[in-house]
Amino acid sequence: MVEPVPDPILAVENLRSGYGITEVLRGVDLTIHRGEIIAVLGSNGAGKSTLNRTLSGINRAWSGSIRFAGTAIERDSPARIVARGLIHVPEGRRVFPNLSVRENLDLGAYRRGGGRSRDTLARVFSIFPRLSERQNQRAGTLSGGEQQMLAIGRGLMADPQLLILDEPSLGLSPLLVEELFALIQTINAEGIAILLVEQNVVQSLDVAQRAYVLDNGQFVLQGDVATLRDNPDLKRTYLGM
Amino acid sequence: MLSPAILFTAVLNGLMTGAIYALVALGLTLIYGVLHIINFAHGALLTVALFAALIAYQTFGIDPYLAAFLLAPLFFGLGYLLQRLVIGPAARGEDRNILLVTLGLAVLIENALLYVFRADTRTINLPYAFEVFEIGPAVVALPRLAALGAVAVTTLILWAIMRYTSTGRAIRAVAKEKLGAQLAGIDVAHIYAVTFGLGTACLAVAACLLLPTYYVNPGAGNAFVLVAFTIVVLGGMGSLVGALLGGLLIGVVESLCGFFLGESLGQIGIFTIFILVLLLRPHGLFGEAT
Repeated sequence: MVEPVPDPILAVENLRSGYGITEVLRGVDLTIHRGEIIAVLGSNGAGKSTLNRTLSGINRAWSGSIRFAGTAIERDSPARIVARGLIHVPEGRRVFPNLSVRENLDLGAYRRGGGRSRDTLARVFSIFPRLSERQNQRAGTLSGGEQQMLAIGRGLMADPQLLILDEPSLGLSPLLVEELFALIQTINAEGIAILLVEQNVVQSLDVAQRAYVLDNGQFVLQGDVATLRDNPDLKRTYLGM
Repeated sequence: MLSPAILFTAVLNGLMTGAIYALVALGLTLIYGVLHIINFAHGALLTVALFAALIAYQTFGIDPYLAAFLLAPLFFGLGYLLQRLVIGPAARGEDRNILLVTLGLAVLIENALLYVFRADTRTINLPYAFEVFEIGPAVVALPRLAALGAVAVTTLILWAIMRYTSTGRAIRAVAKEKLGAQLAGIDVAHIYAVTFGLGTACLAVAACLLLPTYYVNPGAGNAFVLVAFTIVVLGGMGSLVGALLGGLLIGVVESLCGFFLGESLGQIGIFTIFILVLLLRPHGLFGEAT
C-alpha cells in the first residue's frame, strides 16, 4: 500500500523577500494542510507582516517558491492571488471607511460572480449578526471590534481556501478577544485553513494545531502545539514562564 | 440702476458658465481623490478635446452636441491608456514623478497641437448658436441652457457609476484604502486608469459644450484649468459634490463681478474667494480636515 501524499494548501520553500536592499525574510519554509490552523509567533520586526505581504503578493518574492493548492503563485498579482482563494486580512483592518458595511462585503466578492456570493453573504451574516444589523452604516463609524469582524467578513466573501489573519485581536477588549477566537474556530470548522499571526500567544496555541516561531527572518522553532508548549525557549520568550 | 431682471440674468448666466467649470473641475477632483495627484495635463487634454470636437464638426459635419456621445467614450479610452501605458509606468509609485510626467505630457501635447494646427484661433458658426430662450424675466442663449442640462446629466451618470456599479465601489474603495482594496482583489492599476479615463471623458463633454460659443487654439484649455484648480480647492480636494457646487458658485461670482466691475475684471472675484478659502477654510467647503 502506498500512503496517499498529503496535498498541502500552501507550500512555501526557501522564501526570501524584503524592502529595498534590506532582506527581511531570509529563507522561510512553511507548509499548511487543508483545514489546518497554523499560528505564526514572533516578536516585532521578526518578519511576520513581510511574510503575509509576500504570500498575498503585495511584496515581491525575491527568490524561493510559494505553491498554493498546487500552483506556483510567487509571480502572481495580489488580485490573481485573491481570485485563487488565498485571502489576507491585514493588520489594522483596512476596511473602506467611506463605504457602507454592505458595500465593504460586496467588494470582498469583487473577484467572484454575483450569483454565488449571495449565499456567502448569508453565511457571513450568520457568523457576524452585528454586521447584518449595521449593513447600511458607514464602516468608518463602526467600533474597533466591529471593524475587525467586517475585515474578516470581507475576507470570507472572497470564498477563501486559506485565510491569513494578521493580528486580529489587536486593540480588542479581553471579552471580544475571546469571542474572536471562538469565531476563528467556527470559520475553520467550515473547512477553511487559517494562518494566524497573533500577539496573544496562549490563545493562539489553544486554537492552532501547529505553530511556527519566526525570529530575524527565519523559522527557529516549529511543530505541534502540544510539543511546542513544553519547549523551554518558547515558554521563556512568549509565555513568560 | 440695478434692475432685478438684469441681476437675475447675470446669476443665471453665471450658473451656466459655472456648470462647464464644474465639469472640468469634476474630472480634476476625481483624479485627485483617487490617484492623489494633481493632473497638470488636464488643460492640455481639454484643448485636445476642443480640437477633436472642432474636427468632428468641420470635417465630418457632426454637431458638437452629438459629438459628445462619441467623444466621451473615445476620451475615456484615451485617458485609460494614458494612465495605464504612460503615467502609471513612468511614475513607478512616486507621487512627484506623476506630477512631472503629467506636466511633461501637457508641454508635449500643447506643442504638438501648435505644430499641427498653428496658433490660429478658430471658431465655428452653428445656425442655432444665437437662439435665445426666455426664463422669467431673463433671456438666455440656447448653448448655455444646453450646457447646464448636459452637465446635470453627466454628473448624474457619474454619480450613478460611483454609487451603483461594482467598478464605482472599487474606485471609492481605492480612494480611501489602497492596501485594503488590493487585498480584496481589486486591480489598483486598472482602477487608476478607469478613474483617469472618467476624468478625461468629463473633458470631452465639456469641450463639446464649449465649442458652440468658445474659441479653439492650442492654449484654449488652460483658461479653464486655472479656474478648475480654484474650484477643486474651494470645494475640497477630491470632493465631487464640492467640485459641482464650487463650480456653480465660481460661475455666479465671476458673472456678478463682471456685471459690477466690468467684463474684464470678472475673474477678480474668483481669486478673491480662492485666497479667502485658503486663509479661512484650507480644506475647502466640502473637504475633510486632515
